[in-house]
Amino acid sequence: MNTVWPALPLPQILRDVLAQRSGRIGMAIVCLHLAVALAAPVITPQDSAYQDASAMLQSPSFSHWFGTDRLGRDVFSRTLLGGREAMLIATAATFIAMAWGSALGILVALIGGRTDAIVMRFIDAMMSIPWILLVMLFVAALGSSSAALVPVLGFSYGLSAVYLARAAALDFVARDFVVAAQIRGHARWAIAVTELLPNVRDSLAVQGAMQWSWILLAVSSLSFLGMGVAPPTPDWGQMIADARGIMQRAPWALICPMLALSSLVIGVNLAVDALARVTGVERTRRVLGA
Amino acid sequence: MATVLLERIGLALITMIIIVVVVFFALELMPGDACSVNLGRGASDSMLAACQKRLGLDQPAVWRFAAWAGDFLTGDLGISMQRDRPIAEVVGWRLRNTLILAGLTAAIGIPLALGLGVLAGLNPDGPLDMTISGIAIFAMTVPEFISGTLMILLFSVILGWAAGVVTIGYKAPALDLLKASVLPAATLIFILAAHILRMVRASVIEVMQSDFVQMARLKGVPHRRIILHHVLPNALLPAISIIGLTMAWLLGGVVIVESVFNFPGLGRLAVDAVADQDLPLVQAIALLFGFIYVLTNLGADLLALTLNPRLRTRRK
Repeated sequence: MNTVWPALPLPQILRDVLAQRSGRIGMAIVCLHLAVALAAPVITPQDSAYQDASAMLQSPSFSHWFGTDRLGRDVFSRTLLGGREAMLIATAATFIAMAWGSALGILVALIGGRTDAIVMRFIDAMMSIPWILLVMLFVAALGSSSAALVPVLGFSYGLSAVYLARAAALDFVARDFVVAAQIRGHARWAIAVTELLPNVRDSLAVQGAMQWSWILLAVSSLSFLGMGVAPPTPDWGQMIADARGIMQRAPWALICPMLALSSLVIGVNLAVDALARVTGVERTRRVLGA
Repeated sequence: MATVLLERIGLALITMIIIVVVVFFALELMPGDACSVNLGRGASDSMLAACQKRLGLDQPAVWRFAAWAGDFLTGDLGISMQRDRPIAEVVGWRLRNTLILAGLTAAIGIPLALGLGVLAGLNPDGPLDMTISGIAIFAMTVPEFISGTLMILLFSVILGWAAGVVTIGYKAPALDLLKASVLPAATLIFILAAHILRMVRASVIEVMQSDFVQMARLKGVPHRRIILHHVLPNALLPAISIIGLTMAWLLGGVVIVESVFNFPGLGRLAVDAVADQDLPLVQAIALLFGFIYVLTNLGADLLALTLNPRLRTRRK
């Protein structure tokens, strides 16, 4: 196994990330969100689906910390629970996207030539359709259950992973140690796994963490449009869509899920910024096809 | 030059052909077809068969693909299932509305972003740059539907400057639509400008540190002249291709922002079409968006080629 610059061991990376200010703040926010999401079913003070007709649109109080929404549901409980489904979908979809995307990207970088050109032209064409329409195309055919969203988002977001993994791997395919492995007669998949993967690991980790936040935003956006997480499961995007009509009378029902979603995404961004700096990876922003 | 031009145009054509193939066959691979999706589970076999016969779904896939792609090229986009009207008719007005919105966004957003990016890049880490970049990073991080809703909260509910939701119909005159576009366009500009200005800023910083700018400075060329004649042309050229790529985001963002503001454009039509399970309509809109993206990028590419001679030689 060869790596060009010594890949840092994981505990070392974590320590370096935490040594940076943005890393500390970002990790703190993300860990808080994860802890709340895990503990939410136990710590929510009220049933998130319980509609109290006598307590609609109440402003924040001791019995309802974040007030109530237009159906008299407790906004605090719903905000605590509202990220769980989206985070679960994002995690599963990120694994699928990174798995097929990086495998294909590394392989075409290694094979090169006509195969590379044809595959990338297809990926290019699919990335020309804005992600949301690509996803909507599949949602229209498959319906919008969480079970359908995972493969659909995993496929759509894998496209940009192909790009990144290919670009990262291309830096190494012409190096001596890869050529040496080819001369030794190693199989392509073996070269990809033992020679290239360790070298692109850091790029993939940074990309994977960004993908997670993009997919989380995608799920929330779809929920906002009514194609994502379906009621009665509470979800931030869905809560924001639901509270739009009452923003004048009950702004808390709108602001709370907004703060929750935005803080999580900002936290991930800060943590990834630190990770990118520590590992020396140029980080991609949410521009291309994302 | 001519070969490079032909190569770019050829690649764009191939990409468009692949988009047509992908959009058609992606749905072929799915369980069910336009009829079973639209009619739902309760449909009887005879209803399904009648619908499939009407849409020609009883024919083999390759045959249908040829017919569908051929119709598309001649401007016949098929028939919308839910609305039972030709898709070209349903799409036409909304395409105009979306183009008005996107045009307004680009016309204000791009010059604004170039200006702010240059200002931020000339004094990196100064107070002006910190403000501009801080707001830009916020705009890039927060999702479109939250920025849009915040715009409504601020400008409509709190300040009362503009109506929060568009209420005019999709056939309204262009001038009325332009007025209705103010808040949706402001939301799109907010995000679009953030992406472009960050890249212009980086590009300006890079050029300012280049040898030829150092050289000009040492020769005693006045600062103004250095900025106008040396830095700006070199820093703004790369921005042209970046603007083309940002169009991909703009087209996707339009879908969400139109829904937030109830704007009667193509993006909201796509959302409605998914809700109505109108597969042919969703397909047609996805195709249109893909084509618009490829053509804008081709335009940006060709513009960059004419303005930047260094790109014209083939690199291998």
